[in-house]
Amino acid sequence: MRELLESLTTPYSLTDPVEQRPDLAFVTAGRGQLRPLLMHLRDKEGFTHLVILTAVDWLEEGEFQLTYLLSDRTHGRDIGVRVMIPRDEATMESIHDIWPTAATYQRELREMFGIDFPGSTRLNEDFILEGWADIPPYRRDFDTLKYADETYKQRPGRETRDPAQHMKEQLYPDGK
Amino acid sequence: MAPFKPFQDDRSQYPEKRADGTLDIDLSSGKYLKLWQGPQHPGITGNMSVELTVCGDEVVEGKTHVGYLHRGFEKLMERRTFIQCFPIVCRICVPEPDFNEYCYAAAVEELAGIKVPEKANWIRTLILEMGRINSYLMYLGGQAGAFGMGVIGQWTTYVRDLMLDRFEELTGARIYHMFIMPGGVRDGLPDGFEARMEETLQEIESTLQDVYEAMFCNAIYKKRAVGVGYIDPALLDSYGVTGPTARAAGVAKDVRRDQPYLVYPELDFEPVVATESDIYARSDVRRRDLLVSIDLIRQILVRMPKAGPVMAPLPNVLHWKIPRGETYVRGECSRGEYGYYLVTDGSGYPRRVNVRGPSYTHAMALLERFIVNVNIADVAGLMVSLHTYPPEIER
Amino acid sequence: MKEELEKRIVKGPDGIEFEVEPLRDYYCEAAPTVMPQAYSKIIEGFFNWARAESLWILGFGTGCGAIEMRPLMTPRFDAYRYGVQWRPTPRQSNLFIISGYLSVKTLKRAIRSYEQMQNPKYVIGLGSCTINGGMYWDSYNTIKCLDDYLPVDLYIAGCMPRPEALLAGFEELKKLIRAGKAEGANQYAENFEWYKANQKKVILDWDMPDYNW
Repeated sequence: MRELLESLTTPYSLTDPVEQRPDLAFVTAGRGQLRPLLMHLRDKEGFTHLVILTAVDWLEEGEFQLTYLLSDRTHGRDIGVRVMIPRDEATMESIHDIWPTAATYQRELREMFGIDFPGSTRLNEDFILEGWADIPPYRRDFDTLKYADETYKQRPGRETRDPAQHMKEQLYPDGK
Repeated sequence: MAPFKPFQDDRSQYPEKRADGTLDIDLSSGKYLKLWQGPQHPGITGNMSVELTVCGDEVVEGKTHVGYLHRGFEKLMERRTFIQCFPIVCRICVPEPDFNEYCYAAAVEELAGIKVPEKANWIRTLILEMGRINSYLMYLGGQAGAFGMGVIGQWTTYVRDLMLDRFEELTGARIYHMFIMPGGVRDGLPDGFEARMEETLQEIESTLQDVYEAMFCNAIYKKRAVGVGYIDPALLDSYGVTGPTARAAGVAKDVRRDQPYLVYPELDFEPVVATESDIYARSDVRRRDLLVSIDLIRQILVRMPKAGPVMAPLPNVLHWKIPRGETYVRGECSRGEYGYYLVTDGSGYPRRVNVRGPSYTHAMALLERFIVNVNIADVAGLMVSLHTYPPEIER
Repeated sequence: MKEELEKRIVKGPDGIEFEVEPLRDYYCEAAPTVMPQAYSKIIEGFFNWARAESLWILGFGTGCGAIEMRPLMTPRFDAYRYGVQWRPTPRQSNLFIISGYLSVKTLKRAIRSYEQMQNPKYVIGLGSCTINGGMYWDSYNTIKCLDDYLPVDLYIAGCMPRPEALLAGFEELKKLIRAGKAEGANQYAENFEWYKANQKKVILDWDMPDYNW
């Protein structure tokens, strides 16, 4: 795994390599380097299986992290390629022509994070939600509890407690 | 014998394709009809619907629609502490919830640096194999039911209930066990569990023999299942196909062997493989895999350490913070590769959890492609043969 | 609104062109009406006894609770011995089991299925998530309080309830029906405006007529 990372680092200018387990590593690639890197990994290194394509919202840094996790079955190893894209201009190149199944992931990201993948099939059709008008729900600035309280009537009588506070009161009733 | 491939792309010349590659379907011409299947369950596939465009009896285009079971787990977990996530993860996949618990627990343990006791690993493996048997038994009934053999479902659901009794004994619950906690498992085996388990396994084996004779040797089942829903092995990787569906196409993809986890390296088994890649082969792979699971449970019960802790000491879970990191943990569930991608940021809550269910790829891109040129009556059987559970698509 | 629901000119197979307005032509616009009691109390009691003894369930598993339906249909628990059976279409069934959380997308289908069922009809809410949201109390996509949207006759609590709890629930429902208290369908007809307002509040793309049986 280490040799693979070393051989890839210079040609594709990868940063932040993390060897999470002997069979799993994560690297960060530039936005423009993604397609050649994925093609290289798929065709030359045997990473033929796209396991997941997902996003992480780093709201504080104003960035989305896209994670492309590829798997190489013959050697039993995985590599996760991270691509950071700015939050306010969330567009990324589509890879549905490399893996047809990526179109589904991209549709979900489009709906749940609002990340655009121009050219991907059925991208703008409703995937999970129907007639959603608010900001995409998986973004960190979307508050699900607030939305639920405003939209749905909660049945009265339900109590919500802070677990730490509740346990403290239960275990130390005299407040010590 | 060369695999029989009746339904190829060139079988029918209609509808013609436009210059941009889309199908030239004019609904008002009276030649085509839109037909919706679902979201009421067609067979055991759960709440999803397929929008079929049919010409006569033949499907010319299929579009899947999901999202009927979306609860937003990945969002809900972002506002729950690590230990509060544990009881809700199992709700993601109903018929085989244990994989969610295992993958979530393993991901948290890896990022938090917790070492799980040996005995807990054995019990986890036992639970996962029991869950696999449950799921396969459910599947066999559904597959037979989709082709009009309701009695198989009656038999397999009955023996599945016996397995649920063992689950109840072990964990206290029938469906949602909430047994595999981060750090280990909740408890050891009850007294006399091995003997009662052996009885259940024998009952299942004898039922499987009946199922084999009544279903797999049945001329009607063979006529409807052999050669239908052929998946080209060359397409497996580009469509992300894993699990029994890939093994039925001759590729021995099995996470238990490829990237062994828990105690699988110590157990003796071989992945079941077939080459025909049609509905019959897929159901037969699952039936034989069931026998493998039964054998694995016997091995586990004999070789499991008799004593020892089942739970590693955890930090105070009310103030449990995990340093920044990310990981992906996978396991081989009854439908394929199940995985959790967990990102932490040093706070007491997960930054992001992404669940990779095998149905995600099977039920969307793959089904849309392979449903074309199939007869309407075979659509349900084809869907069931991919063994999809929609809750893990939309979470 | 979806393309196929818009008003358009269609050319029939015989070459004659005609106009189609799906929302008006394919659905019935008449609102539901309250079903009056039979002319005599004894006859009504007899009807209720007959209704109670044949609960036909719509096989629409809306959530995880559907997994416990299968054991109920099979020899171990065998609900058929109580006159309970599962039907594939709303037209043939008179009991709708909402088996768990309802996401907004399913709620829309559940309302349509419910309205397509014939009177007399009953609704059972299964699981804690139909009562107050349960595990998904803060989810943005599931309703929390089922009886705002459909008239519920009976709730069965638990996550998830065991088959025995369901059997007990069926027995309770039978008692309610025999006592003439399971009047959900009439309640729905009486408070039709209120139910519709609630439903339209959460279903954001309402592309069907108000009543569509």
